[in-house]
Amino acid sequence: MAPPIIRLEGIAKRYGGHAALDGVDLAVGTGEFVALVGGSGSGKTTLLKTINRLIQPDAGRVSVEGEDVARAAPHDLRRRIGYVFQEVGLFPHLTVGENIAITPRLLGWDKARIAERIGTLLDLVDLPREVATRAPVALSGGQRQRVGVARALAAEPKLMLMDEPFGALDPLTRDALGVDYRALHQRLGLTTVMVTHDMAEAVLLADRIVVLKAGRILADGGPADLLAHTTDPDVRALLEAPKRQAERLRERLGA
Amino acid sequence: MTANLRAAFDLLPEYLGWHVLLSVSALGLGLLISLPLAIAAARSPRLRWPVLALASLIQTIPSLALLALFFPLLLALSMLSTATIGRGFSALGFLPSLLALTLYSILPILRNAVAGITGVDPAIAEAADGVGMTARQKLFQVELPLAAPIVMAGIRTAAVWTIGAATLSTPVGQTSLGNYIFAGLQTENWVSVLFGCAASAVLALAADQLLGLVETGARTRCRGLVIAGLAGLVIGATAAIAPLAGFGKPAAYVVGAKNFSEQYILAELMAARLERAGARVTRKEDLGSAVAYRALAAGEIDAYVDYSGTLWTNVLGRADNPGRQAVLAGLTTELKRRDGVVVLGSLGFENAYAFAMRPDRARALNIGSLADLAREAPKLTLGTDIEFLSRPEWRAVDGAYGFSFKAKRSFQPTFMYRALSGGDADVISAFSSDGRIAADRLVVLSDPKAAIPPYDAVILISPKRAGDRRLIEALRPLVGAIPVEAMRAANYSVDRDAGKVTPAQAARALGAALARP
Repeated sequence: MAPPIIRLEGIAKRYGGHAALDGVDLAVGTGEFVALVGGSGSGKTTLLKTINRLIQPDAGRVSVEGEDVARAAPHDLRRRIGYVFQEVGLFPHLTVGENIAITPRLLGWDKARIAERIGTLLDLVDLPREVATRAPVALSGGQRQRVGVARALAAEPKLMLMDEPFGALDPLTRDALGVDYRALHQRLGLTTVMVTHDMAEAVLLADRIVVLKAGRILADGGPADLLAHTTDPDVRALLEAPKRQAERLRERLGA
Repeated sequence: MTANLRAAFDLLPEYLGWHVLLSVSALGLGLLISLPLAIAAARSPRLRWPVLALASLIQTIPSLALLALFFPLLLALSMLSTATIGRGFSALGFLPSLLALTLYSILPILRNAVAGITGVDPAIAEAADGVGMTARQKLFQVELPLAAPIVMAGIRTAAVWTIGAATLSTPVGQTSLGNYIFAGLQTENWVSVLFGCAASAVLALAADQLLGLVETGARTRCRGLVIAGLAGLVIGATAAIAPLAGFGKPAAYVVGAKNFSEQYILAELMAARLERAGARVTRKEDLGSAVAYRALAAGEIDAYVDYSGTLWTNVLGRADNPGRQAVLAGLTTELKRRDGVVVLGSLGFENAYAFAMRPDRARALNIGSLADLAREAPKLTLGTDIEFLSRPEWRAVDGAYGFSFKAKRSFQPTFMYRALSGGDADVISAFSSDGRIAADRLVVLSDPKAAIPPYDAVILISPKRAGDRRLIEALRPLVGAIPVEAMRAANYSVDRDAGKVTPAQAARALGAALARP
């Protein structure tokens, strides 16, 4: 395994009396594509957000590229990490191009470099360059999330955090975007941590699946490996669901 | 165009200029206070409730009261600063009006800005953090731009309120479009009242429309509209305020007047004499009774006419009535000793409270004196001016005769006479120098117990002008020169319904009559 780019040690977070994370240890190697899966309240989103300090853990240590994130200013850390989430959160008062340019602008890139970068990124996420001057409201949901991905990639981060990035899209768009993103991950040599509640998506996109339940890691491994070796009935059920679905689909469609 | 309308237009540059300057300053100051406060309140839910509650509380204070409350407060502060650093400031006019209107403009801006900032979509706020903005960058690049249309709507509301409420700064001595309304109401010059209302309404509408342009521009992200709206506001405000540069020179003398016709006429008469002596003069009219004396004692105004009984009871707090000459002599020494105020002398007539009835009513009820009135009081309604029932004179008269009226109603002086002739009041607290007593042939009830103090009209000079030869030489010839008949005629020429003249015209006529041997 390549040297870890993210190392989480003993992460705990409580909300009132409820433990959202209960002592999580996790190391993510450079170039990995990790899916965090689990039901609602399993702590997967909380865990993701401790990595770029959108959430401050009560206990434990988070390091990114060998550096303790608690020592860096949150905004400096976040400018180095791409972040994509379900609601996208494009700034409605800025054009698509200005949205994509935001982190490079915060980093003080010069105008020419930013302009060139916007073009490159629109190509990369498979959007026509003309959309740069449009307002986000003029785009479809799928196009908006493509802009969201482009914005996250703008400052050339090595690490991408994605919180149910394709959850709100229709199945076709969702599939296309997933496949396209996986290709980008490969091409740009990214490390990706993606939260999803959809096991099929996790199996199709990720190299490694981390299953969380009640703030603890229940299982951790490659999709096939996990299915072959897990003894936990919950994990087995989770993993078998997409398989069963695929079999039923094949039967009914006769393919 | 009628003479009244032309006179109103002549005053417009000065009144409008002050009105706009006052409103713009109050709104600007209100913005400076409420925007940072709104940002802090939006950040901290614990701060939000008390801040919004306080702003709402201020809004519930009637605007006239808020304006009036700032005068004594500032006067005290000014005295404190005179005592500590040797320099005071004017507690009358611009400053109290500015502060009150500023407070008034805060709530709509504050409330909208808090709603605008806290109303930003949480997903967009999360994205701002996610892309690596600092709290400050998030505020200025995301939250404020997104809240801008809502903040602008608040500024619009505040602008309309401020422009409307600025008319009420006239009674604390600040020239505004309210001068048309207050002076017009006193002299029943309805052209003036309507002109003042229309001017302030047009001003408010214009400001609202221009700010609306900015708001629409902010909402549709159209820079052109924002610039057009702002340019319109700047050009309009500059054009309105520019003429003040001509009026802005500090006047050599400030002549004060309370809020009724006789006071306007006497102020004009004094001002005209000073101007003839080559001095520059400004008038501060429509001052409240208590405000006027304190303003004079503090040097805010240099001269005005007050009445011996008012000073005796309200300023010196005396309840006795030692007689006309003793009151005058007592006032002259006491006011000098206490406040350094100079009583230049009596003008020669009294403007006493005089209980007056319609002759037919008085005859039917067989009332000729206050003692008779006390007998019939349970059947009668007393009409008074607005302050009479809270004055010590009323307590003195009531104490002496023991009235128990069926009802007591307060009116603007003008409407008090209307109420008497219309039967809404059976007896009124009239004024002995009022021309309407003779014109309406009213019966003035005698005061057998001498409960009503004497009310000689006296010229008062402020402490800082006590040794001013030019002022004293200009005003001294008025002492003892105005018989009550001349004053009544002058008052009636302003108060009557048909063929009324302005106070300045009445003052000229009165001055000419006095000059004739």
